Amino acid sequence: MLAGGQSLIPLLALRLARPAVLIDINGIDELSGVSAIDGRVVIGAMTREYVAEESGTVADTVPLLAAALPLIGHEAIRSRGTIGGSLAHADPAAELPAVARALDAEFVVRGLSGERVIPAAEWFEGYLTTSRRPDELLVEVRFPAAEDDTGVSFHEVARRHGDFAIVGLATSLVLSGGVISDARLALTGVSDVPVRAAAAEELLAGERPSTELFDEAARRATADLDPPGDLHGSPGYRKTVAAAVVRRGLRAAADNAAKGSN
Amino acid sequence: MADITLRVNGTTRTGSPEARKTLADFLRDDLNLTGTHVGCEHGVCGACTVILDGRAVRSCLMLAVQAAGREVTTIEGLAPDGEHGGHEGLGTLQQAMWDSHSFQCGFCTPGFVMQATAFLGDHPDADEQQIREALSGNICRCTGYQSIIDGVLLAAQRNRTLRNREPLSEERP
Repeated sequence: MLAGGQSLIPLLALRLARPAVLIDINGIDELSGVSAIDGRVVIGAMTREYVAEESGTVADTVPLLAAALPLIGHEAIRSRGTIGGSLAHADPAAELPAVARALDAEFVVRGLSGERVIPAAEWFEGYLTTSRRPDELLVEVRFPAAEDDTGVSFHEVARRHGDFAIVGLATSLVLSGGVISDARLALTGVSDVPVRAAAAEELLAGERPSTELFDEAARRATADLDPPGDLHGSPGYRKTVAAAVVRRGLRAAADNAAKGSN
Repeated sequence: MADITLRVNGTTRTGSPEARKTLADFLRDDLNLTGTHVGCEHGVCGACTVILDGRAVRSCLMLAVQAAGREVTTIEGLAPDGEHGGHEGLGTLQQAMWDSHSFQCGFCTPGFVMQATAFLGDHPDADEQQIREALSGNICRCTGYQSIIDGVLLAAQRNRTLRNREPLSEERP
């Protein structure tokens, strides 16, 4: 299934994928578009990343997604790459899977047996693997609108702007009267799927932002991680970087929430 | 094979590429526009960057048949050759990069020029940091990038000078 082609065409060029049939869905207009419906933002799977990046609806309603989009690849990649394509490709180092996981986005797939909605927690099954069946097409992704007093950040450590990050973190905090009422953290690059930091989220809920709190959250977020090692970083290095990214991401999100600027 | 019609550098072109052929190979092999360079062939180096309907794209990451009905600009479309084969026809960006010695072997050059053209079109007042980020997807093995950044900055500066000169004389009482 060919959408933006920014991951599939390289796989074809390198002969890592050799499909007998390739179906180009670029001509299906109804798969593209951004709309706000019932407290959610619904994004068609074929919506190009640059279109979402320039969308006022996305900027106003799903600030975490807006923060992540400019970090995807390079400008020329976002010209063609699509929201659904990135999420269906499910690279654990990519930005959008972490955003979808942090926000509990919903994936709408359609196939011969009808339509079903898959929560983000069940979408990512492994490296480049989702729970979409071979006869199903991802048609749209639904992101919940951010509450008032939400602060977000997307923090990543990469060798070069636009590269896949060694470690990245999607953070969304809701501050109610100075107290964290909702904390969502999802890490990239530390496993074969994007990882929610549930232990850190539990710690943060009900607390006031502080350096000590964020240090402890970083410890809890990374305690059980067993990241892969490659030429960009050893498992130990990734773990150390992940802890630093959690501290920085939480501080930035808390500051944004306090300022009322997302 | 599929028959396609598209606009390339302002001219209507037709072709019958195989479904598997990339836009980069179609431009080079079928239309003989060899200014678009093919480096890594999997979307990493940026040498094959062209402008598709106003946006920079990697022509190695698109199939030629996907460009049917679209408007493509390649390096050949930026400035026609001068009458005597010289550089009389260079555009502002090309001239600024020439003046800044932005090139050594020249292999990456078309990609840089196309990416910078698209970027400056959307961000005419870009500063150095923004230009560095915009060009971060293009790889150069010779220059160390500094002279390329200098060239794009110089072009932005010259464009600003031109812009400020034109409207002011009419708008001011």
